[in-house]
Amino acid sequence: MSDSVISERSDPLVIAGRTFNSRLIIGTGKYKTYAENAAAAEAAGVDMVTVAIRRVNLGDPSKERLTDFVSPEKYTYLPNTAGCFTAEDAMRTLRLAREAGGWELVKLEVLADQKTLYPDMEETLRAAKLLIAEGFKVMVYCSDDPVYARKLEDAGCAAIMPLGSLIGSGLGIQNPVNIRLIVEQSRVPVIVDAGVGTASDAAIAMELGCDGVLMNTAIAEAKNPVLMASAMRHAVIAGREAYLAGRMGKKRYADPSSPLAGLI
Amino acid sequence: MRIMVNGVERQAQDATVAELLMSLEAPPKGVAVERNRVIVPKSAYKTTHLEDGDEIEIVDIVGGG
Repeated sequence: MSDSVISERSDPLVIAGRTFNSRLIIGTGKYKTYAENAAAAEAAGVDMVTVAIRRVNLGDPSKERLTDFVSPEKYTYLPNTAGCFTAEDAMRTLRLAREAGGWELVKLEVLADQKTLYPDMEETLRAAKLLIAEGFKVMVYCSDDPVYARKLEDAGCAAIMPLGSLIGSGLGIQNPVNIRLIVEQSRVPVIVDAGVGTASDAAIAMELGCDGVLMNTAIAEAKNPVLMASAMRHAVIAGREAYLAGRMGKKRYADPSSPLAGLI
Repeated sequence: MRIMVNGVERQAQDATVAELLMSLEAPPKGVAVERNRVIVPKSAYKTTHLEDGDEIEIVDIVGGG
């Protein structure tokens, strides 16, 4: 391998001082089974997975647990605040997560309504400030508004995670111009979180210069989740390498690839 | 006495949080407990006694996006 080829290992993602070899982060929701989830995580080659905090199912103590399949020893757990609509709900959830497993690197999302699951940015910013004051390292799900992205970074967030499109929609990167603006202004990692539907969407996010991509439904709801997980792994690497390589300029007319000299 | 556990009313004897978790067959590790909206640290399970009307939440890590 030539020195100029980028491997995952030589181009790590650093968040809040922690190093991750993979730039892909996957969720652990919506899989048919935890076993399928584990196989997808393996195929995706990820270091980090998001998890949720929910009431223990006391009626069924024999129920399978995520930790038995997707081991917190092997994967960095990123507890989320999915389903929280106020800063207080998010604080409560992440304090419980910290008590359950000691996690301080967290994914904050404060949602505005059930129909769009669009982030409530005013409440998200308030929650981020409260969490950071308590010592949490906050990776924040946000809209693709560069102004709020900057406010979140100024508040001390460890990563800015704008949506490509709505959670679970699979509509891809709807506003690449805004994502690029956020990438250019940010000094902390920018990770597209939500909206990826297929491999090319992940590659586009990475080609825009994002530091990583977070997805759940695109893999979990693929007809073959494990194969899609592998596709996403390659897409993120391909997009990253293309970004680092620097694409050719676009031209309005053809430019022959074969020499004109010596034409018979 | 009556207490609420994860939103369901239950009859409980005088007991500690540790005894409650045991009787409910809650997972032995990786869970967190709240009593009346205040987290009960693991180190305090055996010394925290339930009182009538307590609202207990026992949460676990589950799959999520």
